[in-house]
Amino acid sequence: MVGNPNSGKSTVFNRLTGLKQRIGNYPGVTVERHIGVLSFDGKQTELVDLPGTHSLSAHSLEEQIAVDVILGRMEGSNSPDGVLAVLDATNLYQGLFLLQQLVDLNLPMVVALTMTDAAAQSGIDVDVKALSAALGDVNICTVIATTGFGLDKLRAAVSELPETTPPNRISVWPELTAAAERLRAAAGDGLAFAESERLLVDGITVHNQSFASTLNDEAITTLDELRREIFGDEPPVAAEARVRYNWARKTLKTVQQSAPKFHSWRTQVTDFLNQPVAGTVGLFIVMAVVFQAVFAWATPIMDLIDGLAATLGGKVVASLGDGALSSLISDGVIAGVGSVIIFLPQILILFLFIILLEDSGYLARAAYLMDRTMHSVGLSGQSIIPMISSFACAVPGIMATRVIPNRRDRIATILAAPFMTCSARLPVYALLIAAFVPANPVGFMNLQGLVLFGLYMFGIVMGILTALLMRKTALRGPKPPFALMLPEFRRPNLQTVLIQLLGRVKVFLYRAGTVIFTVAVIVWALAYYPRSEIIGTEVEKQRQIAAYSLSGPELAAQYQHIDNVASAAQLEQSWLGRAGKTVEPIFRPLGWDWRVSAAVIAGFPAREVVIAVLGTVYAVGDEADEGTLSGRLKASTWEDGSPVFTLPMVIGLLIFYACCLQCAATLAVIRRETNSWRWPAFAWVYMTAIGYVGALLAFQLGSA
Amino acid sequence: MKINGYTLATLKKGQKGIIQSVDASDPQVQRLMVLGLVEGAEIEHASSAIGGDPIEFRLFGCGISLRQEDARFFQVAPVAAGD
Repeated sequence: MVGNPNSGKSTVFNRLTGLKQRIGNYPGVTVERHIGVLSFDGKQTELVDLPGTHSLSAHSLEEQIAVDVILGRMEGSNSPDGVLAVLDATNLYQGLFLLQQLVDLNLPMVVALTMTDAAAQSGIDVDVKALSAALGDVNICTVIATTGFGLDKLRAAVSELPETTPPNRISVWPELTAAAERLRAAAGDGLAFAESERLLVDGITVHNQSFASTLNDEAITTLDELRREIFGDEPPVAAEARVRYNWARKTLKTVQQSAPKFHSWRTQVTDFLNQPVAGTVGLFIVMAVVFQAVFAWATPIMDLIDGLAATLGGKVVASLGDGALSSLISDGVIAGVGSVIIFLPQILILFLFIILLEDSGYLARAAYLMDRTMHSVGLSGQSIIPMISSFACAVPGIMATRVIPNRRDRIATILAAPFMTCSARLPVYALLIAAFVPANPVGFMNLQGLVLFGLYMFGIVMGILTALLMRKTALRGPKPPFALMLPEFRRPNLQTVLIQLLGRVKVFLYRAGTVIFTVAVIVWALAYYPRSEIIGTEVEKQRQIAAYSLSGPELAAQYQHIDNVASAAQLEQSWLGRAGKTVEPIFRPLGWDWRVSAAVIAGFPAREVVIAVLGTVYAVGDEADEGTLSGRLKASTWEDGSPVFTLPMVIGLLIFYACCLQCAATLAVIRRETNSWRWPAFAWVYMTAIGYVGALLAFQLGSA
Repeated sequence: MKINGYTLATLKKGQKGIIQSVDASDPQVQRLMVLGLVEGAEIEHASSAIGGDPIEFRLFGCGISLRQEDARFFQVAPVAAGD
């Protein structure tokens, strides 16, 4: 399945395959491989959704993969039996460029013509018969993905692809066609016609090694001669663009008829957002609404989950009694994993918004509106997509930097991306804000929402300053030209949005179920063992003394008190307690006690774990009488009885989390994308140092 | 081809032009050509972000945004209004 970016390709893919799809990676690279199964009339067809591309000229890794898969040159993929090309009726001009190249593949092909409804609204009527004739009598199915119109016909056409005859070769550029045949004759059997064309236009590059490496010396000489002959002094890529777009323009005249426009909500929204000031104000309102929604809408469900976990833990202790197993289940598993699951509602809402904004075409508009700002700090508008993705998770965000052609821009973006508030930071922010920031109304938001918004802004500012710093020092260099496609606004398809959302939730729950579960159990063990015999005998002694002097509810209360003091003592001498105490002097100037220090240490592999660790650490301590984690945090004190979690300390902790690079996955992906340990090592040291200094300043200045 | 000195950057909002020549020596400019910014293409300045940069153009119905400094690579002949 091939098409331009934003051609509605993924929507068609999701409509054709539904839930029968899986996401993996191409071997050795981080480009996602989307495979789905289409069932029609008892026949199963495997569909591969390739990265969107404008041309079969490979200029990036993603385009290279798309091209290699189509040509059957991808390791671990079968040669395709046919091509499903997606053509956007609102953007035939660019679509026709790619389709000319696809016809030259000489593979069975069917074209899905999408967005004909939107095209009709903007006054374009497509003559499907003429279009098919122009493209070598290829089969064209009109599809409206939002309503499902034409999907069955497309399913039938796709499942019949292997038996379909390829479209006829179209005469666009006779000189290139003749030269491609001559090169094939020189190269022998191994080279396909389309590959021969690509070599003539692109030359031998790093991105077409899969077939360029089959050329012998004689063929390479022929290639050089032919290229000089056809192109002369003109850059071949420019020549191809000129010739093919000339053809596309002529073809447009025969296949497009103009019809009366009618005004829709879409044109009105576009018109409004195209005004510079209104558009920018609109962008900030959209962002503010998203953050407010993430915070306010999720709260009732989160309270429910929180209460449920507390009740469940209590039930386990009641039925299993005291002991290692009961503690493992209630304090380790339920408290640990439960305190992460609780953030599922917020993550769901955040991803829902990101997917909606992306599918509606608004993310590109945001990139356009922010380009000047991004440009002035040495990044490009293209950096905004990785940056915005990093609000969900820096890992896909850093992977998305592949769209940035300039290496300096790309590394500056990679270093800025981890400062964006990812979904794993959100739980830490949410917990601390809910516990320590009052919900006073401020305008249409409340103070909690405002603080959260402020933290997101803080991340953005830190990221931008970092990029600016890097572009002025280690990554100095020129800024290359760049263009951004601005798709029309479109109504996102509910099914597609839900399928994507489900995929994200699966990934999150998978992590909660494996990594976080494992860490929760390990941390529980570190906090539970070794058990001290002395404390055990002391508890027995105290209990006997209490039994002499007290009775009834008073005695029960005294028992409870003794047990809590004992748990706190046990925790303090446990492995985790000792580790926390060892590092406490380092974090003492930030106002952190050994428990916070221990939790922060445990959170370095994956920052969301810190909630699980706090959940575990505070479940077995003196504050266990408080039902929920935020209650326990509020109740925790220093030896002298003053609270640990004062406002300056909490602000410092928030700053620490906003900066610190506590994520092994991000470090690994930076290593992979920059192909060196230098950048991840630098990022880690740099971000941790900023976080520490920021927290230090907040606590020291705030407490003074 | 620098007859009039008009480039994409000099088009006013709502004004249309036809690309006359492209300075394609930079490979990155060639990438822009692959998006359809080639000689003979009719293009309209649709709007711009705050400060007039970047500019949003309409190119056969699709929206494409360029920075001022990059729009200068494209020489255009303006089309009179109402054409």
